[in-house]
Amino acid sequence: MSTPAVPLPESTKSTDAIGAPGIISMSGVSFTWPGPHGFSLSVESFSLAATERVLLIGPSGSGKSTFLSLLTGIITPSSGRLEVLGTDIAQLSNAARDRFRAEHIGIIFQMFNLLPYGSVIDNVVLPLSFAEGRRARTLARGTSEDEARRLLTSLGLQRADYENVPAANLSVGQQQRVAAARALIGQPELIIADEPTSALDRDLQQAFLDLLFAEIEAAGTTLIMVSHDESLGSRFDRVVRLNEIAITQRKGNAS
Amino acid sequence: MIVARLALQSLRNRLGTALLTILAIAVSVMLLLGVEKVRMGARQSFTDTISGTDLVVGARSGAIQLLLYSVFRIGNATNNITWKSYEDIAKRPEVDWIVPMSLGDSHRGFRLLGTTADYFKRYKYRHGQPLAFAAGDPFNDLFDVVIGADVAATLGYDVGTKIVVAHGLGSVAFVEHEDKPFRVAGVLQKTGTPVDRTLLVSLEAIEAIHIDWQAGMPVAGETISADAVRKMTLNPKAITAAMVGLKSKLSTFKLQRQINEYSQEPLSAIIPGAALQELWGLVGTAETALSVVSAMVVATALLGMVTTILTTLNERRREMAILRSVGARPATILGLLSTEAVVLTTAGVALGVILLYTALIFLNPAIDRMYGLQLNIDPPAAREWLTLAAIVLAGFLAGLIPALRAYRLSVADGMTVRT
Repeated sequence: MSTPAVPLPESTKSTDAIGAPGIISMSGVSFTWPGPHGFSLSVESFSLAATERVLLIGPSGSGKSTFLSLLTGIITPSSGRLEVLGTDIAQLSNAARDRFRAEHIGIIFQMFNLLPYGSVIDNVVLPLSFAEGRRARTLARGTSEDEARRLLTSLGLQRADYENVPAANLSVGQQQRVAAARALIGQPELIIADEPTSALDRDLQQAFLDLLFAEIEAAGTTLIMVSHDESLGSRFDRVVRLNEIAITQRKGNAS
Repeated sequence: MIVARLALQSLRNRLGTALLTILAIAVSVMLLLGVEKVRMGARQSFTDTISGTDLVVGARSGAIQLLLYSVFRIGNATNNITWKSYEDIAKRPEVDWIVPMSLGDSHRGFRLLGTTADYFKRYKYRHGQPLAFAAGDPFNDLFDVVIGADVAATLGYDVGTKIVVAHGLGSVAFVEHEDKPFRVAGVLQKTGTPVDRTLLVSLEAIEAIHIDWQAGMPVAGETISADAVRKMTLNPKAITAAMVGLKSKLSTFKLQRQINEYSQEPLSAIIPGAALQELWGLVGTAETALSVVSAMVVATALLGMVTTILTTLNERRREMAILRSVGARPATILGLLSTEAVVLTTAGVALGVILLYTALIFLNPAIDRMYGLQLNIDPPAAREWLTLAAIVLAGFLAGLIPALRAYRLSVADGMTVRT
């Protein structure tokens, strides 16, 4: 088993000076989905510095899914250059790209984040099976189960809430916190959250963000969160509108 | 490993359908192996029926027919052979021993075999095992009869019971030899051969019960009492067949040819083993058909499994997207689904084997009683292990169908859950 050469968090921080690549650097990136009505998206320039917290405003149909798929290496640009943590992920093999995602990016979905039949702890430690670096970092602190419990506790879940309970039995708010713990475990450099609070009511939203931000600050993680709720903007370092950085097109509509 | 545990939990989450799938495979495997067991059991019981006899001689007919009516008591002889022919063969220098057999009469559905006392010494079954008496002795008197184990059990006879034999083979006989009752002299131990369903008497007894008969009916006014019969010389004029043992196996083919070319009467001599081979050639097609049908049933069960897994794929797209988001490769998804198919198939095969042996253990006595078929309860042979391995392999290959579909879905979906 060979681990692809990927920069350690320390080395990325050292290149954090102005002009140096940050967490994400995109230039002239474009992608077109295959098929007769292939949707295409192009981004002239976008970058994200380390420990930055960015709110990405992207209504549905704005190419949000394509943009996130590019960032996470599910798809690779048809043209242009996309670097994540200084690595041109288009250069990686499919397997290396999957491993890169496991190692460096924690992802929180809008809902249905958990394997419903699995235990909460198993759901949280799942990424460690695919990411050796995150596992090593977790085990340096103790067992992975202990680290999972620590994260769940700091995200406001009581042990009684999740011990011996299948993940499916948790409330939506609780499930989102478990998903956050899963994204955070092993301290990946980048957290991508795709409307993580849209299924929560207002109070729960604020509570969830408080806890998430506290953890992100403690770990020095970069966050990119997608939402269509601009009122959350005040909590972020920067608000980016997807339609300002990206041009989208459908083949059928093209002139 | 967590992924394996989650895969198992995913399977447990669908326990009902998983169990049904396993059961379907198990039943099909049980059928496949069961057919094989019955086939082997039937062959074995046929092969075990005659042992140590080099040639069987009868009237000119096909080898299979002669074997069936003389050894297995299935069907009837086309013709008899004369006593003179019998004596001619008996006199040949190559012949070590010869035992005559006269068939044609019955007692309540069981066949009557006229023979000599040598039969008890010369007839061997199952690797040269001789007949043994459960009670009594071989026939001594003209009107003594020795009965097989099934005859004794079915009719409730024991040593000393008086019986009346009928002419012909029906279980309801129209003409009975009422004037000459027989006494049961001995009861044979169970052999698992047609001997169990046979009544054995001396050749002279067969002659005696027909002495005042002509053309199959008693001659009116001419009844000869049993005591008078005892005083007569009862030389058999014809027999049905004869078992021959040779001094040297090397002369088997020579004597067989000479008997087949015997000029006074059209005769046939067969080598029991060779005739059995001929029989297998005949029933082989039916056996193959049975095996093909059971293989089809296994294929159907595996198709059922593929269908079941395919129908769960849509609801599992979320599961796959989550695994992809935490870094699982599409190849991992493919591996998980193939593993699931292999686990289901293996569980089905294992359960099928357990069911088969359980059924064998419990049903074997009944099968033996009803069909005279002894099925071996020995562990699966190399050939059967190979069959089982082939089924698991087929399960794996069939599992690739949903696995490849899941692979394509997970590549296309990425982390987006489309529901």
